[in-house]
Amino acid sequence: MPSFSLTVNGKKHTVDVDPETPLLWVLRDSIGLTGTKYGCGQGYCGSCTVHVDGEALRSCTMAIESLAGKKVTTIEGLSPNSNHPVQQAWIAVDVPQCGYCQPGQIMAAAALLSEKSSPSDEDIEASMNLICRCGTYNRIREAVHVASGATKKKELGQKGGK
Amino acid sequence: MNAILNRRDFIKVSSVAGSGLILGFHLPTKENEAFRAEPAVEFFPNAFVKIDPSGTVTISVAKSEMGQGVRTSLPMIVAEELDADWSKVRIEQADAHPTKYGSQSTGGSFSVRGSWQMLRQAGATAREMLLAAAALSWNVDKSSCRADKGFVVHSSGRKLSYGELADAAGKLSVPTSVQLKDNKDFKILGKELPKLDTPEKVNGSAIFGTDVRVKGMLFASIEKCPVFGGKVKSFDATKAKAVSGVKDVVSIENGVAVVANSTYAAFKGREALSVTWDEGQWANQNSASIKKMFEDAVKQKGSVEDYDGDAEEAFASAATKVEAVYEVPFAAHATMEPMNCTAHVQNDRCEIWAPTQAPQGAQNEAARILGLPLDKITVHVTLLGGGFGRRLNSDYVQDAVKVSKAVNAPVQVIWKREDDMQHDFYRPATYNVMRGGLDKNGWPVAWLHRVAGPSSRGLVVGGSTPQYKIPNFLIDSHIKETGVPIGAWRSVGPSQNGWVVESFIDELAFAAKKDPFEFRRQLLTKSPRLKRALEVAAEKSGWPARTTQSGGGKPLAKGIGRGIAAVEAFGSSIAQVAEVSVETDGTVKIHRIVAAVDCGPVVNPNTIRAQLESAVAYAMSAALKDEITIDKGRTVQSNFHDYSMPMMSEMPKVEVHIIPSTEAVGGIGEPGLPPFAPAVCNAIFAATGKRIRRLPIRPEDLKKA
Repeated sequence: MPSFSLTVNGKKHTVDVDPETPLLWVLRDSIGLTGTKYGCGQGYCGSCTVHVDGEALRSCTMAIESLAGKKVTTIEGLSPNSNHPVQQAWIAVDVPQCGYCQPGQIMAAAALLSEKSSPSDEDIEASMNLICRCGTYNRIREAVHVASGATKKKELGQKGGK
Repeated sequence: MNAILNRRDFIKVSSVAGSGLILGFHLPTKENEAFRAEPAVEFFPNAFVKIDPSGTVTISVAKSEMGQGVRTSLPMIVAEELDADWSKVRIEQADAHPTKYGSQSTGGSFSVRGSWQMLRQAGATAREMLLAAAALSWNVDKSSCRADKGFVVHSSGRKLSYGELADAAGKLSVPTSVQLKDNKDFKILGKELPKLDTPEKVNGSAIFGTDVRVKGMLFASIEKCPVFGGKVKSFDATKAKAVSGVKDVVSIENGVAVVANSTYAAFKGREALSVTWDEGQWANQNSASIKKMFEDAVKQKGSVEDYDGDAEEAFASAATKVEAVYEVPFAAHATMEPMNCTAHVQNDRCEIWAPTQAPQGAQNEAARILGLPLDKITVHVTLLGGGFGRRLNSDYVQDAVKVSKAVNAPVQVIWKREDDMQHDFYRPATYNVMRGGLDKNGWPVAWLHRVAGPSSRGLVVGGSTPQYKIPNFLIDSHIKETGVPIGAWRSVGPSQNGWVVESFIDELAFAAKKDPFEFRRQLLTKSPRLKRALEVAAEKSGWPARTTQSGGGKPLAKGIGRGIAAVEAFGSSIAQVAEVSVETDGTVKIHRIVAAVDCGPVVNPNTIRAQLESAVAYAMSAALKDEITIDKGRTVQSNFHDYSMPMMSEMPKVEVHIIPSTEAVGGIGEPGLPPFAPAVCNAIFAATGKRIRRLPIRPEDLKKA
């Protein structure tokens, strides 16, 4: 079995697996990070979203052999104490219901905000095409705005305006 | 509500010094005939209160958390009567137990309403014991003490914390009757509280079924017969066993399990497997043959389900007659977390970790398969990555038990999305022949609903009786075996019958040339609670439907139609107004849903709103997206590309109005679904003049010619 090295949440790991093994299963079964979820295995749902060199990607369709030297961040490594603005916003808006898709949603939102600090509704809907079967979509959209600071600013602006 | 309860249901579980106060439930058992002789009352206790000397209040939750918020709402009920400091409340998920907690089944929107009285009693009992302990230590009368946010306070101003009192309280006898609070004195109930389990769900630490890790465990993926009811005839595991990581390949009657040291190796091994199936009796079944079976059946009278007056006679002599056929397809649950279970079978015992809505069902199934007594089967309930009724079944638990037994190791069986989609217990497809008669003033005098559907009567006919004042009605059914497994799908019977009834009543309103809201309102004489919900939804939405001329309603943008629907289900009354437009290519855009609900006393408005938002998304999948179709005895759809889900861009604005109520506590996980599809379809009719009579709503049915 060939050996692959990758950096996950700042820590270097070497795993001996089939080269085609998707990153998702390396994270969950070889490294023991179960926060990243299996939803469909085909890249449709996004529950398995992680950051690879800062970009939000679906780990269920990424073979380990394509990741040599890459830096992977999972939900467990997004912040040391759940204090990433997106996680804080998710708590403030009380987004999760069953919670299964939320690690993927949060990773996608964090990547979006690192590219666009004040996304519009359309930006959020276009980039966060992840499935939430509980239908927390309206709260996700709201939480992304909260995380971006946009909501807060708007409220202050309204008070200071008319 | 100010009931004095007088049941001797509580026991002190422990009075060991230093352990604090622990209260459990004492339930009727075979050894205790006195309890059994009591008149039958609804008895679904599911708490276990523990106060330790540090003041932490631990409440066991014996219902399964699947996103509906029971890990927050149930503790709130206990904490209210206990006058606990909410910041010191912790929860523990209860393992399955045959009797300790009553029914642990989590379904029917029954968790809060079924536990309400018992949990209040549990909290009040603990509170009374803490008060008594404080009174004793101060040598004062108990009536001069009051409970306040984790403390007992004496009229003199002295106070002791629950933590300080826990040990002494644990030594007292349990009071046989306790006074419950007046609803108006609630401090925690009715408050907007964040869910207790949100923090663990945003950092990856929440443990779902698939996240269970046990020392030495293996992973298994099962190839099941694609045809419903089929069995393994023979299999060749040579190539599968050659896949790196594969440890074993075992047959479990309805499938072949590949067991490996990782999930991916199990999947890979399964691809290399060769299985010959005995496909059984359903191998030629398909959606068209099922429809034909239903169409043929409804030509004859069916079994009478409910009736009043003589509907046939009244229909025959009606001034206006309306007839229509409504078709509902099979629908899949598609929980985000596919079915999975981890089991460790040993000689004389079995330990199970399952994301299940039926912990006791899982325990029973394992005991049956292994021939062990229930007390040798431990079932730990993990978080559920969605339930929606799917996880009331224990099929995936059976899988794990059988495979673990066969390979003599702890095993996690995990279904692929494709397995989950193709081996579901689907919402039944039904075929509904509707006939309605109006008198010369346009009021209904006859309602006839003949339904044909698969195998389970309750799932097919539930929620079909109209709530409206119709002097003559008749509902009859034909239940046919189709081979397709069916089950409870979030809101069950009302999920399809709500659509049929609320669409057809709209047709009658149109035929009567009456406003659909006003028509319903006039006919809801027997259901004041539902009438109120209807009125609130209409008022908040700016009804009437099209213009401001007839009643001062809010004008709608051009092309947008409003539709209304009202349903009583799961102990709650709910109405929804939908605002919808239809593009020239037939695409339906839902702009806004206004929901008004009376679910009795409010536990947590946050979770009520969340459940009604969620209901819209879940109902939307069945109303607007895909259907499950059958070909050659198997499910055609396999993953989210051909059974697609509503996405964020399709999600309408959802406004929730909770009606203040002193009615009995109602359910909230499901009632939001039934009114959605009819409100949307009625809005489509208002916008386009086209009536939708088969689901899902198809653009080709709405495309402009």
